[in-house]
Amino acid sequence: MSKILIIAEHDGARLNPSTSKCVSCATKVAGAAVDVLVLAADGAAVASQAAAVAGVGKVLVADKPTNAEPIAAVLAPQAAKLAAGYTHVFGPSTTFGKDLMPRVAALLGVGQVSDIMAVDGPYTFKRPIYAGNAVATVEVPGDTVVVATVRVASFEAAGQGGGATIEKVDAGVPAPTHTRFVSRSGATSGRPDLQGAARVVAGGRALGSADGFKIIYSLADKMGAAVGASRAAVDAGYVPNDLQVGQTGKIIAPELYIAIGISGAIQHMTGIKDARTIVAINKDGEAPIFEAADIGLVGDLFTIVPELEKQLGG
Amino acid sequence: MRRIMVGVKRVVDYNVRVRVKPDNTGVVTEGVKMSLNPFDEIALEEALRIKERGLADEVLAVSIGPADTQQQLRTALAMGADRSILVQTDAVVPPLSLAKIFRQLIDKEQPFLVMLGKQAIDDDNGQTPQMLAALWDRPQAVSCSKIEIGDGKATVTREVDAGLEVLEVDLPAVLSVDLRLNEPRYVKLPDIMKAKKKPLDTMSLADFGVTEAPGFRTVRVDPPPQRSKGVMVKDVAELVDALKKKGLV
Repeated sequence: MSKILIIAEHDGARLNPSTSKCVSCATKVAGAAVDVLVLAADGAAVASQAAAVAGVGKVLVADKPTNAEPIAAVLAPQAAKLAAGYTHVFGPSTTFGKDLMPRVAALLGVGQVSDIMAVDGPYTFKRPIYAGNAVATVEVPGDTVVVATVRVASFEAAGQGGGATIEKVDAGVPAPTHTRFVSRSGATSGRPDLQGAARVVAGGRALGSADGFKIIYSLADKMGAAVGASRAAVDAGYVPNDLQVGQTGKIIAPELYIAIGISGAIQHMTGIKDARTIVAINKDGEAPIFEAADIGLVGDLFTIVPELEKQLGG
Repeated sequence: MRRIMVGVKRVVDYNVRVRVKPDNTGVVTEGVKMSLNPFDEIALEEALRIKERGLADEVLAVSIGPADTQQQLRTALAMGADRSILVQTDAVVPPLSLAKIFRQLIDKEQPFLVMLGKQAIDDDNGQTPQMLAALWDRPQAVSCSKIEIGDGKATVTREVDAGLEVLEVDLPAVLSVDLRLNEPRYVKLPDIMKAKKKPLDTMSLADFGVTEAPGFRTVRVDPPPQRSKGVMVKDVAELVDALKKKGLV
């Protein structure tokens, strides 16, 4: 029977929703027992949130002062050690998991399946290649530990109502000191998180400036939506990098994605393929974004966006 | 000799719209333009800039791939790499095996910095730098958008979901780079001529005792699911109606 260990992503206080998406992926492996490992300085709060996720059998908590920041070189040896006895080790395909999981795999002497988008069997998975322009079905030999990252946009978050037991563990491995956390900076906007939002309003280069981008924020706030951006808008300096949607930014799966002044480069489309409904607003009727859009509107965004905000107000 | 080792891969050019083969064994690569993996090109550019600032003496470009990879290594040499090594194989080498080969080359070449792209744009694995750092038991910094080399250490800014993260790592270390780190230089004709005289050593997988790991098997490759054709609306009122009908607003 499969025993799956999921490495929890968190910020010290809150469990990241990416973890419950990993649980959801893990439960697709028939008959699997699913445990979650919380590596933290003080993981009590995060562990109790993980224990409440439906489908989780046991939450392992490794509290260490050196686990305060998610440094892969510090966390990987502990995860590898605590993975003993498990058939699978999963982490989210977020920047946290992408950093950590290959290091865990190498320590275990096995390869990694990156970005699981579907589970075909305990050792057979589908994953995107060529920026999502092809889907590979890969098979891992049944006698090796499966280390994998889970493409979070491909799975719904597991529900609540679980009642997992919580167990303190200690891998008993020394923490390297060669890698030191200095700082982290990000926009604390008060808006919904881009990765988990049900609605996203995104702007592109056509907004023309950071000032022009204000109409995107305004519409998003009216709709209770998160704000996203194309790479062109980020590179032009209109918005910070953490708003970038696409192959090299965030891959998202909102219910509604409104692309405003975004032409729809392949790299961008990779990030929104799983959106339920895509709305495109662009002055160029030939823009590739319209090929993927469920609803398209051609016109001047500086007229359309304020008008849309007004009509949604009623 | 203060050496930077840069890993580069030959991949289908990023402008090519890839097509899945009709027999579902992979994507069409015959007659398709091949290039340096764009992320690796950025890693190489950064290594060259570090050398140009007087913080390194030599930039060594390493690739593992088929004989034709010489073209990409010549490009790397034309950009400014001092020498290059091709570990020649027609096999698809999995990331862990790549990391093992790099690990052995590190023992021989003693770089103070190993730089690679954060991922190759063909298989999109994004594993080799982290695996190498694990096998080497050295620091890793993934998706760097800024790199400052200090005395025996580097301060790096990484692109993370929450924004930007700054780490300090002791050297030697493995750094993987992201798009916004720099814009690679254009290669000029005289540089292409000069590159022809630079060393390009060829080795084989057998030199590293790394056999083709049985590892993963790609069972089949399919095109991605297509989205159904959408509708065009003529004004904001129609758009709002359509959204309301779908229960989205």
